[in-house]
Amino acid sequence: MGLLPGGVPVSGATVSAPIVRTRRRSAEARRKDLLSSVATHSVAIGLSAMFLLPLVFVVLTSLMTQHQSLTSDLIPHPIQWSNYRDIFNEQPMLLYGKNTVIYSVLATVGVVLSSVPVAYALGVIEWRGQRAAFLLVIATMMLPTQVTVVPLYLIFVKLHWIDSLKPLIIPAFFGDAFSIFLLRQFFRTIPGELVDAARVDGANELQIMWHVVVKTAKPAIVAVALFQFLYCWNDFFLPLLYTVNNPRIWTLSVGLQQFTGAHRGVLWNLQMAASVLFMLPVIILFLLAQKAFIEGITLTGVKG
Amino acid sequence: MGTVNLELSPARRKARRRRARRRYLTVLLFMSPWIIGFLWLYVYPMFASLYFSFTKYDGLLGSPRWTGLTNYRFMFTHDPLFWQSLRNTIWIVIVGVPLTILLGVGTAYVLTKPRRGRSFYRLAFFVPTMVPAVAASIAFLFLLNPSGPIDTALRFFHIPRPLWFQDPQWSKPGLVLLGLWGVGSTMIIFLAALLNVPSHLYEAADIEGANAWQKFRHITLPMISPVIFFSAVIGVIYGFQYFTEAYVIAQGAGGGTGPGSGSSLGYPLGSTLFYTIWLYQQGFESFHLGYASAMAWVLFVIVMACTLVLIKSSNRWVYYQGGFR
Repeated sequence: MGLLPGGVPVSGATVSAPIVRTRRRSAEARRKDLLSSVATHSVAIGLSAMFLLPLVFVVLTSLMTQHQSLTSDLIPHPIQWSNYRDIFNEQPMLLYGKNTVIYSVLATVGVVLSSVPVAYALGVIEWRGQRAAFLLVIATMMLPTQVTVVPLYLIFVKLHWIDSLKPLIIPAFFGDAFSIFLLRQFFRTIPGELVDAARVDGANELQIMWHVVVKTAKPAIVAVALFQFLYCWNDFFLPLLYTVNNPRIWTLSVGLQQFTGAHRGVLWNLQMAASVLFMLPVIILFLLAQKAFIEGITLTGVKG
Repeated sequence: MGTVNLELSPARRKARRRRARRRYLTVLLFMSPWIIGFLWLYVYPMFASLYFSFTKYDGLLGSPRWTGLTNYRFMFTHDPLFWQSLRNTIWIVIVGVPLTILLGVGTAYVLTKPRRGRSFYRLAFFVPTMVPAVAASIAFLFLLNPSGPIDTALRFFHIPRPLWFQDPQWSKPGLVLLGLWGVGSTMIIFLAALLNVPSHLYEAADIEGANAWQKFRHITLPMISPVIFFSAVIGVIYGFQYFTEAYVIAQGAGGGTGPGSGSSLGYPLGSTLFYTIWLYQQGFESFHLGYASAMAWVLFVIVMACTLVLIKSSNRWVYYQGGFR
């Protein structure tokens, strides 16, 4: 994994260096470089271990027998793959998975569909009051969920939406402040000439949004979709609040939490197997779309 | 501008006004999802919960009855768990937010150094951020359990082994460790900020003979201070709403007989009873809807106050290039 990459060029360079004085100096500089490189990589490898070892232990424990998972052993012996089958018998994992996918996919579709036009109005069209409207959108992000949750719960009770996925999915179709913010930041980097040219050609705003802005802003839209999907996949507070009394619609978050609460510290192997299955899809998704993720997060730190 | 308008013929002025009106209609159309959502999901609920906070409103079938400041008075004078949950929450914010920023800057700084392997290290530091909060909490419940891997490691090095989530002294530090494991998203923002610092600033400092610390203190730190500020504000806003990890871990480590039994609330000994957990218990397990609304508004005021203090203090320590904001 590229351990001490500084080690290779030292020997190679000494041969080709023509002047003795320069060679000695550069050898010294190279030794210093090598030392600092060793130091850097040692720190980085140590930190990597600290971040990755928890995952390694989780995977190892997910392959232990139940008895062994209660001991302080670190390596599974024997390796019990059947945990990954048993967890499906122990818990309706497929059902939870299906609910999580329904929630995540529909809410993501909703957020993207509703946030793109709003971000377009805030970032591309010019109008008086735009800045105030944008600040209002931002302000909703600062509002703690708890301030609105009681009346919303009562609304959803009246609509008979409690103990269904509706209170989680339907509000997503009314714009999400964070996504609007992110998209707007990106839309503003699109050259104005592109938009103006389309306007001169007689395109209306809807056409400009679709043919110019959305096409140019694909990476930002992908990032927003990924963030929203991940957010829903991980979401716990609202799914717990709205679905806790109906195990048929629990998401993986709620299902695993309830499983853990009911089997305190006795089924570590199955709990770890379930956790691995829960985190695997998003980790794979991240590995596939790493660039979009990191660019998106970086975009949040950019002021506009 | 005004003079130009006067010279326009009435017909052209009319056309211009019509165009402006059409533009506003378009804006309204594009904004409509958010406007409806804003009214439905924010404005109405805010006013309703403010009203509920002055009422006694117990049970979903009940109706709010005006009681003035009773909820607030009860909260401040007769509810020890309110104070305990507030203390725990302030603890986790004051300890967790600075440590997250410190580790975020530290790990990002480490990432700027190696010429090779950077993308591997970045991946390694970042992957824990991808682990869903519930899964990460269950993982740490296991990692820090009295016969878990961390305990084994500490025993190997003959370091005292705390009981973590079984010990009221150590449960919050355990939660902080869990939070720091997910430092990756903070780190990525700092990494971008560090890589954005113009290299000529460092070259100039090198010529003047500045050492590494001086360069960090007088160049890097001011240049990344806007991101530190951003992380602090976000950290405080979300820190006060800390819920999932504490809820999962208290229920998973606790001694009660089942979920919602109440006995695992804030386990052990209320040390993980955070503000939103007490609010959730009051609002949606006991259905004291008026009281929960009052708690929500107190939370809102505290968060606003902290954010304002941060913003006010920011012009003393945050350096903005070009001086805007």
